[in-house]
Amino acid sequence: MSARKIGEVILDLQNISLRFGGVKALTDISFNVREHEVRAIIGPNGAGKSSMLNVINGVYHPQEGTIIFRGEKRHEMEANAAAKAGFARTFQNIALFKGMSVLDNLMTGRNLKLKTNFLQQAIWWGPARREELENRQKVEEVIDFLEIEHIRKTPVGRLPYGLQKRVELGRALAAEPQILLLDEPMAGMNVEEKQDMCRFILDVNDQFGTTIVLIEHDMGVVMDISDRVVVLDYGKKIGDGTPDEVKNNPEVISAYLGTQH
Amino acid sequence: MEFFFEVLIGGLLSGVMYSLVALGFVLIYKASGVFNFAQGAMVYFAALTFAGFVDMGAPLPVAFVGAFVSMIVLGILTERVVLRPLVNQPQITLFMATIGLAFFIEGLAQIVWGASTRRIDLGITDEPIPYILDRFNMVVSTFDLIAAVIAGALVAVLAAFFQYTKIGRALRAVADDHQAALSIGIPLQHIWAIIWTVAGFVALVAGMLWGARNGAQFALTFVALKALPVLILGGFTSILGAIVGGLIIGSTEKLAEVYIGPMVGGGIENWFPYVLALFFLLVRPEGLFGEKHIDRV
Amino acid sequence: MLYRETGQFKTTYAADQQIFPIRQDRIAIGLLLAVAFLGVPLVADQYWLSAILIPFLIFALATLGLNILTGYAGQLSLGSAAFMAVGAFGAYNFILRLDMPIIPAFLLGGLCAATVGILFGLPSLRIKGFYLAVATLAAQFFVVWGLTKFGWFSNYSSSGVITAQDMEIFGFPIDSPVSKYLLTLTIVSLLALMAKNMVRSNTGRSWMAVRDMDVAAEVIGIPLMKTKLLAFAVSSFYCGVAGALAAYCYLGTVEPDYFTLDLSFKILFMVIVGGVGSILGSFFGAAFIILLPIFLNIVLHPLFGLFGIDISTAIVSNMELMIFGGLIIFFLAVEPHGLARLWQIGKEKLRIWPFPH
Repeated sequence: MSARKIGEVILDLQNISLRFGGVKALTDISFNVREHEVRAIIGPNGAGKSSMLNVINGVYHPQEGTIIFRGEKRHEMEANAAAKAGFARTFQNIALFKGMSVLDNLMTGRNLKLKTNFLQQAIWWGPARREELENRQKVEEVIDFLEIEHIRKTPVGRLPYGLQKRVELGRALAAEPQILLLDEPMAGMNVEEKQDMCRFILDVNDQFGTTIVLIEHDMGVVMDISDRVVVLDYGKKIGDGTPDEVKNNPEVISAYLGTQH
Repeated sequence: MEFFFEVLIGGLLSGVMYSLVALGFVLIYKASGVFNFAQGAMVYFAALTFAGFVDMGAPLPVAFVGAFVSMIVLGILTERVVLRPLVNQPQITLFMATIGLAFFIEGLAQIVWGASTRRIDLGITDEPIPYILDRFNMVVSTFDLIAAVIAGALVAVLAAFFQYTKIGRALRAVADDHQAALSIGIPLQHIWAIIWTVAGFVALVAGMLWGARNGAQFALTFVALKALPVLILGGFTSILGAIVGGLIIGSTEKLAEVYIGPMVGGGIENWFPYVLALFFLLVRPEGLFGEKHIDRV
Repeated sequence: MLYRETGQFKTTYAADQQIFPIRQDRIAIGLLLAVAFLGVPLVADQYWLSAILIPFLIFALATLGLNILTGYAGQLSLGSAAFMAVGAFGAYNFILRLDMPIIPAFLLGGLCAATVGILFGLPSLRIKGFYLAVATLAAQFFVVWGLTKFGWFSNYSSSGVITAQDMEIFGFPIDSPVSKYLLTLTIVSLLALMAKNMVRSNTGRSWMAVRDMDVAAEVIGIPLMKTKLLAFAVSSFYCGVAGALAAYCYLGTVEPDYFTLDLSFKILFMVIVGGVGSILGSFFGAAFIILLPIFLNIVLHPLFGLFGIDISTAIVSNMELMIFGGLIIFFLAVEPHGLARLWQIGKEKLRIWPFPH
């Protein structure tokens, strides 16, 4: 890996518990994320990984626990506030805006950077147009980076799955996030597509210093690209550490391979 | 106080009618996820057809069977022409399609039977029940009471049909998950045709009762509009909810008209149920008996 | 070879982000506007202006309004006619009581409609889809009831009828069909342009994001409440101005009962037939729904006459209902993006003509 330096803890989750009615999705989970690192969350299906991401950026609100982000302590995140604070994410089941083109999806990703109001935009000439062009420039950089120039005007609904995943990453990147949350970015991809995706993720981390929290099932990928790994099982944390530590953790092994009785 | 109860009972009994119409909505919504805006038009069509056959000289049972057959044809055609091409579309698209269907059925009904109001005589008198009049000094119509009994019986039959027959089980399976139902070999399209036919039957009963009271006229289509707040109160998937919701809407709109109406110039019956439903939505979006829905990401 | 973009290279993002990136389109729209502003007033007779073109433009504007809400922001409304009514009665009162010039009065009428729109849009924060239909139906019935019941709105005329005051702009009287047509055309063109600008910038993208996937929209920082309410406000504003124009440039006298649920449905049909989520489609839809009854009236009588059947007007109007209903189902099933999509397909075919691909 490159010369990027892993910094201080910027996101600290303490004793998070989340319930849906009587179902416990997360129980008393604590872990932290350091600046510029690639942090993976792994675990068997239904372990609560996606719920964890949803708590981090405020889609779900935990019943108990504390979230400390850049020294700011709160009980729960609000989705909007999280976006403003520099969180961006992708979803397990692609959540693109299907009726819009790739370009529009990426431009929407930048919505927080656009400051003109709707009246200025209705008039178009002047500030709105200037702003639109400046942001188009930025979005085109993301398009270049992800090598999706040829599909920029295509409605995303018509794209194959792998490309949609890439566009969704693009939408998150367009926001110039500080923390990128990726929910199974490589699910359902073939080897070649996975390699591409790995390259993009590492490049983002490398070039822009973006902190990355990702959920992934492919252990090879996780062990290769992440700095630290947290392991969940049935909504509880059963392991936390470097890939090697986690690999040799007996509890983790038994969760994945089953226990011998 | 007697006056209050009289208004309340009058409202409850007219609420029975709303319940009947709402019942048709619930059946279709449960089985196909379609909010059938055309239910009111179906009530109108059924009432006109029944009255039309009677006017042509058919005895009541024959007219009833004839109208029911028409509703079956209408149900099957709807499944073929409207639902099948629109399968897997968003709910809102299907909803708009049923607005189109409502227009179509209204036009069809008036071309076939003419636009004038037809009287329906079921041989039930619309007079106060002497016993209640003497005993409690309240006016409760025989007709309303019989209508309520018929509605109650219909609900019981439908509930039993859903619960204990093979078709009923298939219907519930379809309501739960189309794809899963298909995969275990339930013929989805037959089920839909059946459910639309059953809804047509409910529409026919509602149309006959309502038409006997006020004549089979175009205003029947507006009754369907009232069913929307009824469903919001009761929950879109609950038969019991349709009944309770209908009673609540029926009684509160009459009470509001009588007690609040004079303060603002009257005529609030038209919008009161909607405003009530609206406030209800803000408090309990899934309705009294509906299932709570959790959005998953 | 007429419709080709070959050789029109775009070297800047500015050039790529024009409303009409293809030169031929720009020429065509220029010609269309020239004909509408200069040609039509010279040749069109009073019937065409007053009975077809003016209502067409007004309903295109209302359709545009509903399309912003339903087509772009994905919020179904069955109360467009009510918002038109608010605009009409609002403008009437501003002129009556404050002696205001007509243009500001129309705009303020639109703002009144926007306010009412926001009020009835509030439930959209909690409820979606056809549940929301109940909120807009409430608006529909409540507004018409209020305008009828409270005489103040119509200056205590019988049954709430209002009669449009005489209009003038900077001393020029707006009394002839041609002048009313030009006034309507100007307002509608400007508002259509502004709508196009909104939907191609951040406002429109936010609307579409909320329509396509609201959770994702929230996560990337789009404020759901503000975005939805803005859609309600802008949509109702457009409907309100359309209502004011309907009262002043089309009908002359109007009562609350003109703005019925049926009218709301008609506007919804215009959106569906024209193209959900298309500015151009709003014009197509309005033209289609306005011309269809006229066309049917002309065609059906002789058609049935051929078979020796004399059909009544009642039957024609019922066939109209059936055809409307059938068309809605047809469009939703076969071409959910309406005439606008057909137009687009036609253009794409033309671009590569005579080759099939």
